[in-house]
Amino acid sequence: MSPVLAIEGLGKGFTLHLQGGLSFPVLRGETLALMPGECVALAGPSGAGKSTLLRCVAGNYGASEGRILIRHRGAMHDLAAADARLMREIRAETLGHVSQFLRVIPRVPALDIVAAPLLARGAGRAEARARAAALLARLNLPERLHHLPPTTFSGGEQQRVNLARGFIAPNTVLLLDEPTASLDARNREVVVALIAEAKRAGTAILGIFHDTEVRDRVADRLHAVEPLEPAA
Amino acid sequence: MSPLLEAEGLVLRFGALRALDDVRLSLWPGEVVAVVGESGSGKSSLLRALSGLVRPEAGRVLYRDAAGEALDVHALSEAARRRIARSEWGHMHQNPRDGLRMGVSAGANIGERLMAAGARHYGSIRAAAAEWMARVELDPARMDDPPRHFSGGMQQRLQIARCLVTRPRLVFMDEPTGGLDVSVQARLLDLIRALVEELGLAVLLVTHDIAAARLLAHRIVVMRQGRIVEEGLADRVLDDPQHAYTQLLVSSVLAA
Amino acid sequence: MIRRAILKAIAIPGHQIPFGAREMPLPYGWGTGGIQVTASILGPSDVLKVIDQGADDTTNAVSIRRFFARTAGVATTTRTAEATVIQTRHRIPERPLREDQILVFQVPMPEPLFRLEPRLAETRRLHALADYSLAQVKLYEDIAQQGESASSYNHPVLVNGRYLMSPSPIPGFDNPKLDRNPALLLFGAGREKKIYAVPPYTPVKSLDFDDHPFAPMRAPHPCALCGSTAHYLDEIVTDDRGGRMFVCSDTDACADAAAGAPR
Repeated sequence: MSPVLAIEGLGKGFTLHLQGGLSFPVLRGETLALMPGECVALAGPSGAGKSTLLRCVAGNYGASEGRILIRHRGAMHDLAAADARLMREIRAETLGHVSQFLRVIPRVPALDIVAAPLLARGAGRAEARARAAALLARLNLPERLHHLPPTTFSGGEQQRVNLARGFIAPNTVLLLDEPTASLDARNREVVVALIAEAKRAGTAILGIFHDTEVRDRVADRLHAVEPLEPAA
Repeated sequence: MSPLLEAEGLVLRFGALRALDDVRLSLWPGEVVAVVGESGSGKSSLLRALSGLVRPEAGRVLYRDAAGEALDVHALSEAARRRIARSEWGHMHQNPRDGLRMGVSAGANIGERLMAAGARHYGSIRAAAAEWMARVELDPARMDDPPRHFSGGMQQRLQIARCLVTRPRLVFMDEPTGGLDVSVQARLLDLIRALVEELGLAVLLVTHDIAAARLLAHRIVVMRQGRIVEEGLADRVLDDPQHAYTQLLVSSVLAA
Repeated sequence: MIRRAILKAIAIPGHQIPFGAREMPLPYGWGTGGIQVTASILGPSDVLKVIDQGADDTTNAVSIRRFFARTAGVATTTRTAEATVIQTRHRIPERPLREDQILVFQVPMPEPLFRLEPRLAETRRLHALADYSLAQVKLYEDIAQQGESASSYNHPVLVNGRYLMSPSPIPGFDNPKLDRNPALLLFGAGREKKIYAVPPYTPVKSLDFDDHPFAPMRAPHPCALCGSTAHYLDEIVTDDRGGRMFVCSDTDACADAAAGAPR
């Protein structure tokens, strides 16, 4: 079997032009491969660049060096070199991302936020909504909230909307950034079950889990991300 | 699939000022591209050059029409360009006075593009106008009122209805939320976002409002002094800006 | 030069041709455009009729008729059937015209888009592009605001499927007479220095909507003098107590009908 995600020599640095061109590297030489159905947890101290690595794979940050290969429509594509259109297509069909915080769109109800990835994959509106409602119910989000925009939701409620959006459609690769951070024990169990189901369906998962108990239950292995010493 | 709009080598000067300096840009079907930059960056000149309103000194703009034919926008006869501008394109202006006829009713404003396209059935024109007023959240009971009796936000929504009634493939938007109250802006942006998604429109949005660009755009193009200094996936340009000018633009905005 | 403009106007039906209007021995608004066109086409054998709002006996009609009788020495008449050239202000005679007749209209404002688009250069561009959606918008607006088309006179027409034309301030009642008329129709605007034409048998369509077809209006009365129920009527106030009567605006047709000898 061949990997669905292969990170090869990934480096990422930032140059702050407004601070006199201050440059600092965050990642260097990261190399990692994920097989279908495999869950890898990024480990390392806070500030080591775990989130940066995840964001590079998500395309939210541009890689400074190296390659990020992903299997999309049966072929490997380098996300580090993908243009905006290819990146959008990969996000719509292949690569899921549950970020730490939900980016709320004014006036769009929770149900439609969750249903969107299914619609993007060609599902009918009624079916997409029904499945979104079922998933939100499974995550114990009261039905009266389904039809409200999550603007006024609590942190935990927003995170469950975000999780439902990430899990509703099948992905080849799913990125999870602290998926259980603000959840209670009951909902944590739901997320653990969702991850297990996704893995069984063949989804490769790359995640950051602050909660070591959850991490140990879902991750097949750890990948250590070490903080870099600022280059001399 | 091919791009809907392809521009390359666009040059436009006003005296010593380079409004467009070798600009290349393409827009794909269903894609929303925001052109951001400060006043005088050339973003409005770019919109005018792309939509055929001003002829660049050098460069070419190709538009692929509904029949799949690639047309050189600046080589078209005025009649052909107008026909496309009124059937396959929409144009939303910052100032509603530039996009609406203030002296005739809201219904006539919406119906004009249909009549220009040959519609001659009064009842159908009114039905379409009523439908589009409802879609942009205007009360169809007010379709015989002139737009000057409408608020600024309502006038902008009327502009949207006027643009979209002929189901264009490409809409040019020039600072659509400029001059509106913040709460009114949010509603308008959200309406635009929903319609663009539902109709699969391609949009070229010129704005200095970074929050609007983040909400609406798939891709962001940053312009400065007539040049494109950075472009890419909308969230990446805003969250991981590379060019000094983009970093300045992004850092000047309160967290949105 | 005026004849050249007329020829060009006939060649491009409905299109306004600029011409160098001359100083005339009467003020603008008294038919200077019509008089110049009439003067340039009259021949020795012509018989001239001049009407103003359908009447042969108003000051203006009488003056113009006498002017041409004196200066050109042509015969004049008040009988539509006998005339070869008819100069008119605001009407088309009731009696159907023939191929050997020419009708010359006095036109105050030749541009049909005048009230809709104030920039003259832009109106020329709209004509060039045959872009008449503005006129259609105006019609839409009339119906939306007033229930029906508001233009009871000077209702714009499309000539030969191409040019939008002002028929001059004739009542809508006369618009159907423009369509495929056997006579040559010439229009002269002196102040605006424009000439345009509708050649014989040219299709002329009044602007309308499929579901609101153009419907010419006529006062629902018989003529108080001849009893006609077919002619266009003028309303005449007869006293200061609200008394009024309706009579034919076309005096020649009225006289014919009253004599019981419509030919």
